[in-house]
Amino acid sequence: MTELTKLSAAEIAGLVAAGETSAVEVTRAHLDRIAAVDDRVHAFLHVDSDGALAAARDVDARRAAGEELGPLAGVPVAVKDVLTTKGVPTTVGSKILEGWRPPYDSTIVQRLRAAGTVMLGKTNMDEFAMGSSTEYSAYGPTRNPWDTDRIPGGSGGGSAAALAAYEAPLAIGSDTGGSIRQPGAVTGTVGAKPTYGGTSRYGLVAFSSSLDTPGPCARTVLDAALLHEAIGGHDPRDSTSIPAPVPDVVAAAKRGATGDLTGVRLGVVSEFADEGVEPGVLAAFNESVDALTKLGAEIVEVSCPHFRYALPAYYLIAPSECSSNLARFDGVRFGLRVGDDGNRSLEEVMSVTREAGFGPEVKRRIMIGTYALSSGYYDAYYGQAQKVRTLITRDFTAAFERVDALISPTTPFVAFPLGARTSDPYQMYLADLFTSPTNLYGGPGISVPCGLSGGLPVGLQVMAPTMADDRMYRVAAALETAVGTLTPPEL
Amino acid sequence: MTTTLPAYDEVVARYEPVIGLETHVELGTNTKMFCGCPTDFGGEPNTRVCPVCLGLPGSLPVANKAAIEATIRIGLALNCSIAQWCRFARKNYFYPDMPKNFQISQYDEPLCVDGYLDVEVNGETVRIGIERVHLEEDTGKTLHVGGATGRIHGATESLVDYNRAGIPLVEIVTKPIPGSGALAPEVARAYVAELRDVIRSLGVSDVRMEEGSLRCDVNTSLNLPGEEWGTRTETKNVNSLRSVERAVRSEMLRQAAVLDAGGRITQETRHFHEESGDTTPGRSKETATDYRYFPEPDLVPLAPDPAWVAELKAELPELPRVHRRRLQQAWGLSDLDMQSVLNAGAVELIEATVAAGATPAAARKWWLGELSRRANETGVELADVGATPRQVAELQSLVDAGKLNDKLARTVLEGVVVGEGSPTEIMTNRGLEVVSDTGALTAAVDEAIAANPEIADKIRSGKVAAAGALVGAVMKTTRGQADAKTVRDLILQRLS
Repeated sequence: MTELTKLSAAEIAGLVAAGETSAVEVTRAHLDRIAAVDDRVHAFLHVDSDGALAAARDVDARRAAGEELGPLAGVPVAVKDVLTTKGVPTTVGSKILEGWRPPYDSTIVQRLRAAGTVMLGKTNMDEFAMGSSTEYSAYGPTRNPWDTDRIPGGSGGGSAAALAAYEAPLAIGSDTGGSIRQPGAVTGTVGAKPTYGGTSRYGLVAFSSSLDTPGPCARTVLDAALLHEAIGGHDPRDSTSIPAPVPDVVAAAKRGATGDLTGVRLGVVSEFADEGVEPGVLAAFNESVDALTKLGAEIVEVSCPHFRYALPAYYLIAPSECSSNLARFDGVRFGLRVGDDGNRSLEEVMSVTREAGFGPEVKRRIMIGTYALSSGYYDAYYGQAQKVRTLITRDFTAAFERVDALISPTTPFVAFPLGARTSDPYQMYLADLFTSPTNLYGGPGISVPCGLSGGLPVGLQVMAPTMADDRMYRVAAALETAVGTLTPPEL
Repeated sequence: MTTTLPAYDEVVARYEPVIGLETHVELGTNTKMFCGCPTDFGGEPNTRVCPVCLGLPGSLPVANKAAIEATIRIGLALNCSIAQWCRFARKNYFYPDMPKNFQISQYDEPLCVDGYLDVEVNGETVRIGIERVHLEEDTGKTLHVGGATGRIHGATESLVDYNRAGIPLVEIVTKPIPGSGALAPEVARAYVAELRDVIRSLGVSDVRMEEGSLRCDVNTSLNLPGEEWGTRTETKNVNSLRSVERAVRSEMLRQAAVLDAGGRITQETRHFHEESGDTTPGRSKETATDYRYFPEPDLVPLAPDPAWVAELKAELPELPRVHRRRLQQAWGLSDLDMQSVLNAGAVELIEATVAAGATPAAARKWWLGELSRRANETGVELADVGATPRQVAELQSLVDAGKLNDKLARTVLEGVVVGEGSPTEIMTNRGLEVVSDTGALTAAVDEAIAANPEIADKIRSGKVAAAGALVGAVMKTTRGQADAKTVRDLILQRLS
């Protein structure tokens, strides 16, 4: 029953609940699919077949015992390798954590288990979530199922590609500057970055603490909402977690699926028009705007003058925090240790370990961040970037006084060929041009497929006010009814 | 390095010292600063740890409310203003006993600022300005194995125990303290003693210097009168009140020798050595690490509710100075006598001895006399001399009952401090009880009279003062166990 892999999470859960299939059967189908295609996609860094089948058997046993199970019970999920999984390797795409098996589960993974989902394994990513193509993974790139010579986006390219390759119906990502939304856009899948603090960071290996946000990836908006609901909500182990209920994203997705956006005001950020968007992307976006208008939405142009400074501010704040967060990888307590030959001092062993364990992009950002935080430069760089962050937040706040949500292309360009941007970091950084403002503000954003350009998927981003995640799901689900889900060619 | 040090009197005649103190206090909260691990002292290495205090990837800190409350109470007791909004900050540097290679501390936004602490030195009140009181996490402890000295140099292995990592630590920093002249070492000591007493009275830490729950760094500089303050050094590893005083004095002497020779003082960290009482250079602050402080993004800002702070302020216990004034009255001591009690660090000991039944005068006599002398000789704090207030009270009760005379009591006390048992046990075991059997004493007196006919004649002829010699002889034959007054009465009675 290979078709199980083509179903949505909601459909799978329905079949499992009705006893028409079992969690084990669903899990086997996906493990078989991974075995069949992942050598061409490389979405996974680690497939936990035994763990997945054990979890699936447990779900089936609980159901047989008459237990009431949640709306995602028995549905397989792929987890980005940035989240700790007890006893299951967690590398963050880096050599420095090769072989590390965490002694604890992240809150997100705990909640996934509690919801009865079945974790298939850990997905590939740019090292420490730094990148937009998954080419910076220390374990080799992931390929885009739409065209395996092209990148699947990043940093969460593994999670997005696993969905597009039908290796998993659900996946978890983390979004620091666009790492859920941009891979979603270029693989024709749905990726949502919740409000910062709406999903727990406990067990998320930190890149940039004030920006990192774990979130759901799926092939449909409703599936993303179901997953969002399962993993979201307050966590006392994360001080920055918001002590409030998860906005009702599932109801919002269902409401949006009726295709009625009457009374909804959507803002198009005028400044984004000048930012070198590929013509095909712009065309797909404009067609979507027309489609949204037909669904009843009112479209207004909104000015957010400080968005153009988002990328520079992002590339100071994120590296600064990363330079401190990544200091703990020193070979003393866990992970890689190099050069401990009895002749080197402790400091030298730390240094040699870090030299060997980190890749070039990670080193670049540690260097930039270390510089930006150093005495005498702090005010000019980190301090200034924080001020820009405040201005961007004001732009959002002002915009949301006029409109319910903002829309933009998710990323300026479609999936590019492998290797096309690795030699020029700035060209790579441009992938986050439209997604990074949301991270600086802390609000939610979602990317939903909105058409094709040259046979490759284009994503539309919906941005909403903090803790109004439901609004973006409604708009995204409505657009999904007009555009339909995108089906990649057979691998 | 073996320069001859100038005399202290000459140093203080030529230079003016400026001192400053940074004190770290481990709070006695049940759990660590940012996780739920227990904080009790001892325990097998690395048994009181979790992903958070080990700094494992993905772990996050959650601030301990009890520690914040304790810090605010310390700040209030030190007359500080409490911040209405402040943040934790990361202090970044690499060290193996620091799990994350950054310490969560506070930087430019401390919880408490701008206070003072009044201390008594030689009967005068000195007001020590408090710059700031902030909260941070402690590091782990590194043990160097295989080297001769226990230092990193020459060690074959370094072992790290993270049980201490993440224990809440309060840092209390004074403003610079100029103008204390020759008294600078005593001012430093009095400040630390007073601070310790204040914190102990709040019940937020056991403030035991020997266990490291109170640690002190001493800053010292010298300048010529009328000139700018000199370059300061920071002396670490100062682990007793006595050492605080010695460290300031020794650093003043060392700096004076350097300056006298036309040299300049290097701004550096120095280590204090208990045995020699001097300091040696550590890492130089001129090439110090840039800590790259920035606000801790994993924690939300602290905004203590002013009403809660007011409540904490209203509930502060009686502070030691006030308490001491009350004791001074109750014990009927002059300012000078009280000061000597304070200088000896004996207030609480005497208080406890009185509570155990002794009179204030007797308690003070033992603690300031015999026991202080012994503490000085062995170089320990009075509280660690080996006798407890309960034992001292028991000793005095034996004296009051006439079972011990003063000399025997001192012998018994020597047994107590070396751990032979309770005063009663030692008296019995060593057979030190006063001989009150007049039959046995009479025989000893007669023996002494017979052995010293010339002295006996003198006494008979009215030279009563000569009786002393015979008393001495009797005491000698009874090994001091006779009551001297009884012996004297007996002698006079036999020779009248």
